Amino acid sequence: MALFFTQLLSGIQDGAVYASLAVALVLIFRTTGILNFAQGEMALYSTYIVWKLTTGGVPVWLAILISIVISFVGGAVIERVVIRPVERASPLVVVIVTIGMFLAINSLTQLQFGSGEHAMPSFYPQHTWRPGGVLVSSDTIALVGVLGVECLLLYFLLQHTKLGLAFRGVASNPESSRLLGVPVGRILMVGWGLAAAVGALAGALVVPTTTGLVPSSMQQILVFAFAAAALGGFDSVLGAVVAGLVVGVADALTTGYIHALHGIDLLVPFGLILLVLLFRPSGLFGSTRVERV
Amino acid sequence: MTRTQQQAIRLVIAVIAVAVVVQFFAWYFPTHYGPTDTRLFASAMYIGVAAMGLNLLTGYNGQVSIGHGAFFGIGAYITALLMDHQYSWFGLNFGHQNFLSTIPTVAVVTFVIGALVGFPALRVKGLYLALVTLGLAVVFPDLATRFVKGTGGTSLVSLTSTELAAPRWFPSQLSAQDQWAYTMAFAFALLGLVAVWVLARSRFGRSLIAVRDHEAAAASVGIDLARTKVTAFALSAMYAGIAGSLSVLVVQNASGDDKLVTFQTSIEFLVAVVIGGTATVVGPLIGGFAVVYIQKWATDAFPNKPIISPATFGIVLIVLMYVLPDGVVGGGRRLRGLAGRTLRARRRRDVNPAPL
Amino acid sequence: MSLLSVEQLTGGYGAVRVLHGIDFTVEQGEVVVILGANGAGKTTTLRAISGLLDARGRIDFDGNDIVGWRPERVAAAGIAHVPQGRGTITDLTVEDNLRLGAYTRRDRDVVVDLDHWLGVFPRLAERRHQLAGSMSGGEQQMLAIARALMARPKLVLLDEPSLGLAPIVTQELFHTLGDLNREQGISMLVVEQNAGLALEIAQRGYVLETGSLVVSGSAAELAGNDDVRRAYLGI
Repeated sequence: MALFFTQLLSGIQDGAVYASLAVALVLIFRTTGILNFAQGEMALYSTYIVWKLTTGGVPVWLAILISIVISFVGGAVIERVVIRPVERASPLVVVIVTIGMFLAINSLTQLQFGSGEHAMPSFYPQHTWRPGGVLVSSDTIALVGVLGVECLLLYFLLQHTKLGLAFRGVASNPESSRLLGVPVGRILMVGWGLAAAVGALAGALVVPTTTGLVPSSMQQILVFAFAAAALGGFDSVLGAVVAGLVVGVADALTTGYIHALHGIDLLVPFGLILLVLLFRPSGLFGSTRVERV
Repeated sequence: MTRTQQQAIRLVIAVIAVAVVVQFFAWYFPTHYGPTDTRLFASAMYIGVAAMGLNLLTGYNGQVSIGHGAFFGIGAYITALLMDHQYSWFGLNFGHQNFLSTIPTVAVVTFVIGALVGFPALRVKGLYLALVTLGLAVVFPDLATRFVKGTGGTSLVSLTSTELAAPRWFPSQLSAQDQWAYTMAFAFALLGLVAVWVLARSRFGRSLIAVRDHEAAAASVGIDLARTKVTAFALSAMYAGIAGSLSVLVVQNASGDDKLVTFQTSIEFLVAVVIGGTATVVGPLIGGFAVVYIQKWATDAFPNKPIISPATFGIVLIVLMYVLPDGVVGGGRRLRGLAGRTLRARRRRDVNPAPL
Repeated sequence: MSLLSVEQLTGGYGAVRVLHGIDFTVEQGEVVVILGANGAGKTTTLRAISGLLDARGRIDFDGNDIVGWRPERVAAAGIAHVPQGRGTITDLTVEDNLRLGAYTRRDRDVVVDLDHWLGVFPRLAERRHQLAGSMSGGEQQMLAIARALMARPKLVLLDEPSLGLAPIVTQELFHTLGDLNREQGISMLVVEQNAGLALEIAQRGYVLETGSLVVSGSAAELAGNDDVRRAYLGI
């Protein structure tokens, strides 16, 4: 029994990570309507910034904050400079551009920061509790806590601010929004900036819980995040969060109990998506309108 | 000169040109260029083959897949295992086959698996299909590791030079291993090209496009949506599988168990399709060359900084998409159209000068 | 000085030129109607004013030449454009649509206006928290108009407001538009195929035929014009 809960919590912890990156993917999908293959690498670069700052003596929480700001600006710039020229082209073309970005950003990260493995510090103290034999680590609490706060902030931004309203308008009908005076271009930049910032936070939180920061740190996470975003239906931030947690938990529980699946753990999220999509082609929470590729 | 005479002359010139080009690449190139060049060219060709298949599915039929690396891997493993091992299943003995005899098996198996994947794909559309196929690409290596690696952890595939070499009946000027690999790749690229050309012009080809552009309309004129879409999947999987088999000869190995490789290969196919020009016959083949040779150029351009080459490739991809969003073939067509229009306009202006 | 004064307006889509140099004006407090069949260039005219396509010529609005201005800027200058097909933002609620309509405003009376327009259109008030996409065509048209008015615009452009609506709904719609003009002095430029109702609420009108204005005059003159009657009023 204790093992079950330990697995469950471990799944929730991983799920929180997938959820955060999935939220970034959904933000971009909702605004520009594309799948951003480079989301993980953007988060990787942000994480390297945090690492670099901490080696320079900056306290971890401040480094994370700085990285978030830099990432926001970076994301906005990327939308304006790299994505805007091809916004009107076919979705396949834009996908290729994000693939190009994936390669370029990963490569440039290594160029700037080197390719070695580095230890990443976390901003909270490491501790493990053992209530009733169940392992609860401070990592889990921190990750889930931050994810929760992030969701609340995003919810507040989207539902109760003028910017959020404009954002939702652009996501649904950019031309009508334009006629209402909404600066669509600038809103798109905000969307990308926000996604990049969310990714930065996700990276900064998850990498310390792994063995170390390496150039491939975000790649498997990205795959799971895609799975979570698809499962959640791409349309909603809430869907991405729930789906991320589901993917994390499902993965932890199945690989923990079904030993035949050991080593093929990626089968779980994708098997899950396939199953869900067969019965609900727009994902668990998606609206049936989604047909953007 | 009448129009039919003009057309006949143009046709003759085209046939001669094609014959010259084919002859050059079939004979001159492999005998006058070294193994590195021939292997590189051969790899461009098998990527082109896979891309042509993927184009049937994605370009003509609108189903985006980023998982065809899995079919590629399946083809590679089938060929490698059939050439390398002896099997005895249900009373049938087979194995230790030569390369060409593995092709039918690869074709059938990948076709069937492609069809099997195509069925659930009917329910999943657009972006979600892309992601589910991504799952395929990502899960396949794990499965391959499980079933092909064996308990020792080492690969079951260890191809000897005799297995990889050209058969005895093959002309001796082209019998070096790299030349043999090259010729096979070339032969199948041509075959694949002709097949795509025929398919594209056939009723099936038109159904593919109709289903892509407007499913409801296509169904209303009697096109069987399921059959069209599943067949497209099966065919594209078959092309990818054969490309995988070819890769065994060229690379002299089968490495489907590397997660990154399968994903990378899937992406390469898609990139080749888009760069070359979606829904064109020759485009994906050109795209295959683009993918291979641009990467080579990117690696060679910065010999002492290998890290830069993926960045260079990535940046080239982005720039290509700005400049040629319709791909090389598509862009070429558009330029020709533009040139045609300007020429015609100029002629008309000369004939009808504006009234004073 | 006219509120809107258009001179030698040409424009189109890419290589296709739709408008061949048209001139018209809209005075403060007027409803001006542009009649025309499909393909005449009605929608193109409005899109040209809003900056949604490349146009040449002069478009004087409230003292500024707005040719070449981007749509966001045109909206901020006080032109509200209700596009063909309503253009309601289907994934947002009625209230959200209305609030977004006030995007260009920086004052604090947005809530006041919100309540006001919900009062003028009680059916919208009933569906305040409903998604715009779930409403009928007529209701969405009301929403689009109310949304345009939330911006406190100086001029409202309406693109074929009757399109796709049942006759009774269309009558109610034009009634409302007429009231808005008479009681609140809101200036409008309406392009329509449905000449009958449009001419009833307008002061002046023009007829657009394949990109050129062929007839102009008061609403009464147009209604009495035999050619207009034959072509657009089915008489």
